[in-house]
Amino acid sequence: MKRRFAALAAVAAAGTLLLTACGGGASGSEQSSGVATAKSAADLGGMDKLVEAAKKEGELNVIALPHDWANYGEILDAFKKKYGLKVTEANPEGSSQDEINAVKQLKGQDRAPDVVDLGSAFALSAASDGLLAPYKVTTFDDIPAGQKADDGSWFFDYGGFISIGYDASKVTDPPKTLADLKKPEYKGKVALNGDPTKAGAAFAGVYAAALANGGSFADIKPGVQFFADLKKSGNFIPVQSSAATIESGQTPITLDWDYLQAGYAAKLKGKVDWKVTVPSDGIYSNFYAQGISKTAPHPAAARLWEEFLYSDEGQNLFLKGLSRPARLPKMEAAGTADKTALAALPKVEGDVKFPTDAQVNDAKKVLADEWAKALG
Amino acid sequence: MTAETVTAAAGVAPAAPAAAPVRPGSARRVLSWVAGHLGLLPFLLYTGVFLGAPVVMVAVGAFQDNDGAFTTDNLTAAFADQFGRSFATSIELSALTAAAGAILGAILANAVLGSKPDGLLRKVVSSAAGVLANFGGVPLAFAFIATLGSIGIVTKALAGLGFDIYAGGFNLFTFTGLAIVYVYFQIPLMVIVFTPALEGMREQWREAAANLGATRAQYFRLIAVPVLLPPFLASTLLLFANAFSAYATAYALTTGVVPLVPIQIGSLVSGNVVADQQNLGKALGLGMVVVVALVMAIYAYLQKRASRWLS
Repeated sequence: MKRRFAALAAVAAAGTLLLTACGGGASGSEQSSGVATAKSAADLGGMDKLVEAAKKEGELNVIALPHDWANYGEILDAFKKKYGLKVTEANPEGSSQDEINAVKQLKGQDRAPDVVDLGSAFALSAASDGLLAPYKVTTFDDIPAGQKADDGSWFFDYGGFISIGYDASKVTDPPKTLADLKKPEYKGKVALNGDPTKAGAAFAGVYAAALANGGSFADIKPGVQFFADLKKSGNFIPVQSSAATIESGQTPITLDWDYLQAGYAAKLKGKVDWKVTVPSDGIYSNFYAQGISKTAPHPAAARLWEEFLYSDEGQNLFLKGLSRPARLPKMEAAGTADKTALAALPKVEGDVKFPTDAQVNDAKKVLADEWAKALG
Repeated sequence: MTAETVTAAAGVAPAAPAAAPVRPGSARRVLSWVAGHLGLLPFLLYTGVFLGAPVVMVAVGAFQDNDGAFTTDNLTAAFADQFGRSFATSIELSALTAAAGAILGAILANAVLGSKPDGLLRKVVSSAAGVLANFGGVPLAFAFIATLGSIGIVTKALAGLGFDIYAGGFNLFTFTGLAIVYVYFQIPLMVIVFTPALEGMREQWREAAANLGATRAQYFRLIAVPVLLPPFLASTLLLFANAFSAYATAYALTTGVVPLVPIQIGSLVSGNVVADQQNLGKALGLGMVVVVALVMAIYAYLQKRASRWLS
């Protein structure tokens, strides 16, 4: 009887594998027009032709774009209104890894993502796996060197700084630096946006703490130690901060991207007086990257989406969400950046430097090994 | 687990009965066997799609590197260093909360059974148990933050009475805090799974024992405990598996500072920080599957023992 059941189970598993292997055979839209291999709008005969091809497709699939993140809600609305395309949004709270999984697993289906917005490590990984189509938006030269792949398979879209957010009504003497967070008066008040081995914003918070405590891009350990000390003194609580924990008062001080803090402040307007400052002793900035799926079911719409994001209009919408778009330096120089939004950005004192990819990868390895050990 | 068993699991089915040497009438027997099991087909398909295939994918992925080549590195890494420690922490937390939940739940179930079978108390407790056993994830974490967090209502109330529990060393965002939260959903689950066993205890056994001159203590020691021990242990194992796989509650409360296997898996397979480590996550998943499979095998054995008396 037992043996028989094992045989049945094996047969069921085998049948299922066959099913999953044959399933998902729905082919995407026909890509005969050469749009899928177009490396720029010029390849298609200019923007008008690209818009025409995108309108013919009529649809765009995006993934993992929360509406309150870097102003994506408004960006999506503006894009829909401007070009009249139907936009299908999948898994808004998804992570970079979820996006890559979707590209791989939904390959060849109509609902596969057309475009992705990835953490930089994931953009590199996806590009080396050959998942991204090389494409250069019209304004590609405006993106600073080092913030794009040479062939245009990925390019940074918006970034921000690690910042301290605090509830001005509960924290009367606000922290200005990371070192300030050690003050005994902040006992039980300081939180990160999740687990630094999983959440990019929390990882960046630990990296910034390393810079503030004698570490460097090559040495994240002092950051881990900083949080271990903070936990020992009772200042750090390992609750994942969110608009809800801020509103309830459980996390009156958080370390997070400035553009996310801006989102909380807007969301809780009238309930919580949420203020944001960029700490002078731990200036850490990082960007997310855009990429077009090589197997996008709507290759023209995907390219049009990128053109829109990197137009003055798209970049200013990112800016409105208090994130810093990739073309910002050039737009500031040209005077095309939105003045009001620019004035609202948290001030950053000092030089901004970026870690190399190798340094970031090493830091992640060290963090994954040390975090639970030091804080558990 | 060896590579051989993996290939067997991967769909290279052991020769089905159909491959038996041909004897007269064997074809008909195969046909009747197939016909007899046709009704099972939808169930098998369903479990195949939602249970079988994922397990196979996890098992296969655990032995692959990122290029799909065979490797045992993932498994080696999965039980070394911090991942090995997270297995220890997970098992410790699950065992502790299963034991506490089982004992407290059994006492509660027993107390409730003393009341009228269709009385209000029993109705309230059984519906509450049904709801609370399934109360988990972020809402549960939030409920506890609001009551026992550093600015929770209960914490504040106690501080008002002069008991500052946080100064006294209590902290919700630690192993101890997690254990308290887990026990909160373990007790009602125990009430649900253990009540039928208690209901199976026959009044006649107690009366017979009393007629033969047994004291209450003797009845308890010689009859109640031996009969109830297998279902009690079985229920405890079920609670263990329940806690072992819990994820969202622990993440919202401790964001990884208490290293638990499900949280480590989450970071590896669906995070924004660690790239290209999915197969290590699968190896950890395989470890969890093995632990739960062992627990469930013992559970099934104990259930069989229990059903001898409590049918």
